Amino acid sequence: MRWETWSDFWLMGGYGLYVWGSMGMTAVLLFLEMVQAHLAHRRALALARAEKALENP
Amino acid sequence: MTMRWFYYAAPQTFYGLAGRLWPWLAAIAFALTLAGLWIGFALAPADAQQGEGYRIIFVHVPASWMSMVIYLAMAFWSVLGLTFNTRLSGMMTRALAPTGAMFAFLSLWTGALWGKPMWGTWWVWDARLTSELILFFLYLGYIALTSAIDDVRRADRAGALIAIVGAINVPIIYFSVKWWNTLHQGASVSLTRSPSMAQLMLWGMLLMALAMWAYTLAIVCYRVRTLIIERERHTDWVQALAEVAGANA
Repeated sequence: MRWETWSDFWLMGGYGLYVWGSMGMTAVLLFLEMVQAHLAHRRALALARAEKALENP
Repeated sequence: MTMRWFYYAAPQTFYGLAGRLWPWLAAIAFALTLAGLWIGFALAPADAQQGEGYRIIFVHVPASWMSMVIYLAMAFWSVLGLTFNTRLSGMMTRALAPTGAMFAFLSLWTGALWGKPMWGTWWVWDARLTSELILFFLYLGYIALTSAIDDVRRADRAGALIAIVGAINVPIIYFSVKWWNTLHQGASVSLTRSPSMAQLMLWGMLLMALAMWAYTLAIVCYRVRTLIIERERHTDWVQALAEVAGANA
């Protein structure tokens, strides 16, 4: 382990803003993409169910 | 063999295959991310010149690679789509585009956050940065164009043209640091010479790159299933699926 304390870790030798700004944006966008993909999939399944209900009332 | 490829190119078959694959790919991506972050943030030493600031490399380089690889994959599927007129090709291209756009944006974003402390500026209009920005706009253009045309098959063909023509930009991005004078450093990893990085730094970066590969494959498998259901929802096979026919909403 390279870090003595957690605050050293968050400071990143003075580059904290840049390093965590990069990691944070990556994490946020990956998370949003997964949520979006999941919601889109549920929407598509709902559409298919609606279609089925229309055809076999 | 040829028959086999066309068998898997049928949306119905691919739906099942992608459904079995994505959870494994997602699990692999998760494990590789943990390993990559551990090596990158807990084990790898500080850089002699850039101190701890260089650690942006663990997302910047993999995201940039993926932004280029995904565009080439879109061009590949587009060539297949225009040549064989297979339904799956257009769906694969569309499933790749949002993830490619995201990685291109992340490449620019993390690059800006790296440029500010190291070069003293968020942005310069040099060859590497400008060509990556063009790549980002190509993704946005592809997404805008394909979603603006109502007829999906026509939209796929129009999008395929952007994907194929735009692919010229990818080698320009890659070789820009050799061809022009630029603020951006040259390649850290190349096939023809030993890497100019410490072993642990290199391993951290390669693991993160593999993680992003696995993530991309997982999300594309996931998203292509959504597209298959949307486009084939009127067919018997989609309506017979347990997730459509079942009571669970």
